Amino acid sequence: MSLAELICPAGTPAALRTAVDAGADAVYCGFQDATNARNFPGLNFTPDELAEAVTYAHARGTKVLLALNTYPPAGKVDLWRHAADTGARLGVDAFIVADMGVADYIARMYPGVRLHLSVQAAASSPEAIRYYCENFGVKRVVLPRILTIPEIRQIRREIPCEIETFIFGNHGLMVEGRCSLTNYLTGQSTNMDGVCSPASDVEYVRDADGSMSSQLAGFTIDRFGPEEKAGYPTICKGRYAAPHRPEGYYAFEEPISLNLSRLLPDLIEAGVHAFKIEGRQRSKSYVRGVVRAFRAAVDDIKAGREANIADLIALTEGQKQTQGAFETKKWR
Amino acid sequence: MAVNTMTKLTLGPIAYHWSADARRDFYARIADEAPVDEVYLGEVICSKRAPFHEADLPATIERLERAGKRVILSTLAEVMLKRERKATEDIAEMVSPEIEVNNAAGLYARGKRPHRIGPFMNAYNDATIAWMAGQGATHVCLPAEMPAPAIAAAAQAAVALGLGVEVQVYGRASLAVSARCYHARAHGRTKDNCQFVCEEDPDGMPLRTRDDRPILRVNGIQTLSESYVDLLPEAARLIADGVTHLRLMPQAVDMVAVAQVFRDVLDGRVPTGEADARLATLSGDAGLSNGFYHGTAGYRRIAAAAPA
Repeated sequence: MSLAELICPAGTPAALRTAVDAGADAVYCGFQDATNARNFPGLNFTPDELAEAVTYAHARGTKVLLALNTYPPAGKVDLWRHAADTGARLGVDAFIVADMGVADYIARMYPGVRLHLSVQAAASSPEAIRYYCENFGVKRVVLPRILTIPEIRQIRREIPCEIETFIFGNHGLMVEGRCSLTNYLTGQSTNMDGVCSPASDVEYVRDADGSMSSQLAGFTIDRFGPEEKAGYPTICKGRYAAPHRPEGYYAFEEPISLNLSRLLPDLIEAGVHAFKIEGRQRSKSYVRGVVRAFRAAVDDIKAGREANIADLIALTEGQKQTQGAFETKKWR
Repeated sequence: MAVNTMTKLTLGPIAYHWSADARRDFYARIADEAPVDEVYLGEVICSKRAPFHEADLPATIERLERAGKRVILSTLAEVMLKRERKATEDIAEMVSPEIEVNNAAGLYARGKRPHRIGPFMNAYNDATIAWMAGQGATHVCLPAEMPAPAIAAAAQAAVALGLGVEVQVYGRASLAVSARCYHARAHGRTKDNCQFVCEEDPDGMPLRTRDDRPILRVNGIQTLSESYVDLLPEAARLIADGVTHLRLMPQAVDMVAVAQVFRDVLDGRVPTGEADARLATLSGDAGLSNGFYHGTAGYRRIAAAAPA
């Protein structure tokens, strides 16, 4: 039976306390360096902050998961090992990993601590998942956001570990852990540095005709009319021209966020063990609202009541939403 | 004087949906004329394309081997559907030729039998390479975005373990894969009813920014760099740092001539500067880039330092 745990983002110590108080079953966080995939300025934890966070969370029955989910380039592996050592010393409940060398190190050094396979490992088949389970003792896989619910149900039958899926937040289009788009334009790597379309490289440029270009490292990722709201220049959410689309179109995906609240009952029935809310870069008030709403919805479903998802819909009001690949193969 | 005649020149798998006829002609020429030592075959990007050309594989392998090339079969980068799992398993069960694995599903199926690690496997560091070597890996192709110091450290570790080390030195860099087909999307279709529209773009579908600057190339579920990676000027340093194999990725240009340019430099017959100018001409409109190697934005072209 699915326990339907809620796994909530903690980009800062304050967001962590907020998520814990709002009813998170577990929070996930990272250190202030390249060892995690949200290595953004102003985010993440010092070792001292993580120590306090673990104490705070554990006192309230909430687990702390440490993301070490980037890929160390050769010559820098020690940074990841030291982060694992620190996390183990501070008593985190699980490590979220992607790199095989990092997984192997933790499995050997800290066999008592749970390993979760990050979405950054891109394990999308029973065989790939079993590889990590059998070799590193992985207890849970975070599935890539590319599978339909029937496919998830089938995978569940064929693997020996728990499944975690994303249910809400930013909707990445590329297979995680296999994307170098940011490095191609900016020189900072998502896999090696934990950076994606970094704010330091963003510029909004007003053109002579009143339109606005949102640029990343000097590349125009999108252009907006005087009446349009200019969006953040994430490469895979940009508008480009192709030979058959000279007018410009969202070549990969529209700026849209994932919201699976309507599918929660189906996901629980399919055997998904834990639901992940994206957004370590989000504000405290966002975290509070989303976690509270999902807490109530999950509790309702577990108690056999109809979940009130209106609050969840309201959270993304004014934004486009998608159920992505989860609902239909046509997404592909 | 030769830079290093021990270094192997390889031809990576065709990323694009070239027709069966185009592939037969291409490999016939490679077999007869291209000075490459090793050739990777197989469909790496889209499992829907494989039925068009897999029937030709045995003949192509035979032809290339008869010409003295070592042939390696590469597996899919993305494994999700039943047919993709089956295709991966089938290759993993082969005794010959050698195989290159591009997804952990392939590692699972292969077990400890010998195999090569493909560029989609994210072998970024010594610890991961050591783990893979312990599981039967004999050779590793490093990710295209790695900078020089990491390449050197990874190569040193791999060579110490007796592994071959490969780096892409020519052609578009793979920047991303997705479950969604962007070729189908551009034509208002989905992956399931794509009608193989990707065949129209033998060198990828160009994307331009809205102020008309070339930026990326689409190849089905794959996104590639607009520029061709060119590490010809860096070849000597790659080899000095322990890299044993240099990979040319097939593009819609004269790949026999491209291979000859690299071979001439490796054999010390043509100075690098002259050879690189020739490579630029052969590459047509494509810009050349080496930014990843130099630790900067991948699309950039960094001028070679003056020889010491």
